[in-house]
Amino acid sequence: MSETNLIWIYRDYQRCSGCRRCEVVCSIKHEGKIWPEASRVRVFMLIPGIEVPHLCSQCHDYPCVEACPVGALSASKETGAVLVDREKCIACGRCIDACPGKIPYIHPTDNYAVICDLCGGDPECVKACSEGGWNALQLVRGSAGYNAKLYARTPEEITRDLARVIYGEEIAEEI
Amino acid sequence: MKGYAGKFLEVDLSSGNIRETRISEDVLRQYIGGRGLASKILWDRLGNRWSEVDPLGPENILLVLTGPLTGFAPGGRICVSGKSPQSNGIVGSTVGGEFPIDLRCAGYDGIIFTGKSEKPVYLLIKDSDIELKDASHVWGKGAKETVLTLVKEARKEFESRYRGRGLLKESSMLYIGPAGERLCRAAAVLAKWSHAAGYGGYGAVMGSKGLKAILAKGTGPLPEVHDAEKTMECINRIIKASLSAEFFRRWGTGSGGYAVGAETSSEPIMNWQEEWHDEKSFGVDKFEPFWVKKFWGDYGCATTCLKLAVINFGPFKGSITDNPDYENQAYLGPNLGIFKPEGNIYLTALIDELGFCGIQAGNLLAFAAELYQRGILTREDLGGIELNWGDAKAFSDLLKMIIERRGIGDVLAEGTYRAALKISKMKGVDVTKYAVTSKGIAIGAHGIRSEKDYPHYVSYPCSVQGGDHTSVAYIPLDHGNSELNSILYDSGVVCWFNFFSKEAQEALWGLMEAVTGWKITPDEWFNVMSRRILNIQRAVLLLGGPDLRWDPRIHDDVPQRWYEPLSRGPYSGKAVDKTRIEESVKEYYRAAGWDERGIPTTEELKRLGLDDVDKKLEEIRRALS
Ligand code: SF4
Ligand code: SF4
Ligand code: SF4
Repeated sequence: MSETNLIWIYRDYQRCSGCRRCEVVCSIKHEGKIWPEASRVRVFMLIPGIEVPHLCSQCHDYPCVEACPVGALSASKETGAVLVDREKCIACGRCIDACPGKIPYIHPTDNYAVICDLCGGDPECVKACSEGGWNALQLVRGSAGYNAKLYARTPEEITRDLARVIYGEEIAEEI
Repeated sequence: MKGYAGKFLEVDLSSGNIRETRISEDVLRQYIGGRGLASKILWDRLGNRWSEVDPLGPENILLVLTGPLTGFAPGGRICVSGKSPQSNGIVGSTVGGEFPIDLRCAGYDGIIFTGKSEKPVYLLIKDSDIELKDASHVWGKGAKETVLTLVKEARKEFESRYRGRGLLKESSMLYIGPAGERLCRAAAVLAKWSHAAGYGGYGAVMGSKGLKAILAKGTGPLPEVHDAEKTMECINRIIKASLSAEFFRRWGTGSGGYAVGAETSSEPIMNWQEEWHDEKSFGVDKFEPFWVKKFWGDYGCATTCLKLAVINFGPFKGSITDNPDYENQAYLGPNLGIFKPEGNIYLTALIDELGFCGIQAGNLLAFAAELYQRGILTREDLGGIELNWGDAKAFSDLLKMIIERRGIGDVLAEGTYRAALKISKMKGVDVTKYAVTSKGIAIGAHGIRSEKDYPHYVSYPCSVQGGDHTSVAYIPLDHGNSELNSILYDSGVVCWFNFFSKEAQEALWGLMEAVTGWKITPDEWFNVMSRRILNIQRAVLLLGGPDLRWDPRIHDDVPQRWYEPLSRGPYSGKAVDKTRIEESVKEYYRAAGWDERGIPTTEELKRLGLDDVDKKLEEIRRALS
């Protein structure tokens, strides 16, 4: 694995405008249509104003890959992305349970797990986000190592932290 | 049929019956969606007895409609309509957010609500899984609590119902606050914390039906389009144009705030007694310290002109709203004598929280304050409130009286125009001259006395949406400022803030074809399609009722206030010229195909295939002869 090819998407939640352009371009790339619930990056808004782009962080130890009973998941040697073998996947959901951020999900109409594949090294979401000047998603070259896993958190956890900063304790407790 | 989910939901709130209904391709081709389709549906169902239908009675219909471009064109919106409790006509009132996207992804282009529920309810949509649920626990609650409670509730419900597939994104929602529940005619339909479909008073219609909220989660894709490649090409052209509008992206409509007051002299000051101020404390940069989020947008939007503003300290701590945008800056700022951003943000946030429209409520509060200034309403009338200009706290106290319908609050809950009629009777003085409205709808924050802003002399007198500043009458009718153009955006249903540039406007026609497969030329739109919608909206305004109807000879006019000369600023001394108003109104009638009394002609209506409208208008022709 050549370390230089590894990429990682850093997220600055506070900068996310909630425009969902990342969802639009991701679903067009992977599904050929605008399909918010089938986008590999999904923007959660558990509280208005706090939008959380939720996507795989490529944990260094890949608990999802480890958990898969049928070997449908693997880590790309090229980019570090988690690759899903749709043919093998039995939609058991173990990868979801294993993921600290509950990031994978089962495709809305087909039975296989959906996980960000980093668009093979040139993520569309990052391009859309930086084109708009929001820069909530930024491409980082090289592995984030142990740090990557810190970003594998649930939308609830991230929202709670952010709500504290933006709205104060009271609203954060509502989550 | 491309570009449409193809199905609508029909919800009878009286019986609780929910069914799917379809609308023929022919009708959709003619009326598109949103405001256009609302006009068609309302005319077909209520046209015959329009004058008798009480907008706040169970027979009214509440429409929540998307259009074929919703979700494709940057800035998805939804159009709320019905018989308006403000104008007694039809208003197409739009609001942004994710709800329209979820609704379309669930497989529906819109919802038609009829009847009235005995108990407060909310509608919960998960794809084709749809139910009415009890809303008693959130009835009476403000915006924040309603959103937090219901979104969480829906999330829990779906978690237990759809196990094993991973996290589902939260539902998005439309809802009302206490203002809508208490049938205040200035009430809005809300989205997120602070987005509002304000014009028309549809929050009160929702309230009258016992409908607190609509939540939707759709897991499918947006509808299939006619030409996917061309669709993306048009979307990208629009996005590119939007991204280059730096000032607008940065400051939103607020970018015009200071300039409108200082330069074009067309901003409401103390109930339009003035239209000029040069108060630098109200510049855009003074609002920025309160922004916790510098760009905030709705689904697919490139502009993201909204900003999230929060006050974290001082007497107004806890206020949450967006920007405020120019209209809220003006109407809840200088219009109330408030020249400090804090007071303005506080009132804007309170209006959102209670579920009012910022424009309607700001107009109403200033009207009351002027009556107090003139000694017509006394401190006693106001339940002890000293309603002085600039006192944000006093205005907030009055808002509470209005939603509680206490004392004079009960009268003011009827909106500026109706309250003016009542107070005139109560006090024995004519106060209608202080009501700055058109067809019962508060005028947008763009005056015409200086003639430097975009509305023209005919704009407010002739608009079928009354005082709506986003849909103004204009000559020529195919001009970019004309309401025939607004009807396009409101029927599409898209946010026109992404269509200021010529490039984007041109791309929109291509997008319409790429999405629907229909070749609609600007010529067909401006000469035929939009005119059908315009004429239905005009006809129902003339039919009006049951409490008020509009006589073009009296009501196709600007507010009386604007005949008073401006007394300060660079346009001091300027007032509206009555003769010119009369001439331009007549000119508009001719251009629109209306007779000299302002009634659509038989010839024009027949040309448009609106024979039934023509037949019904015979009543008006007789009455006005
Ligand atoms: S494109 Fe960027 S700013 Fe927009 S929703 Fe996605 S992460 Fe947020
Ligand atoms: S859902 Fe698919 S990828 Fe995930 S653990 Fe099960 S089989 Fe493996
Ligand atoms: S974030 Fe979740 S999906 Fe991504 S590598 Fe870690 S466990 Fe797997």
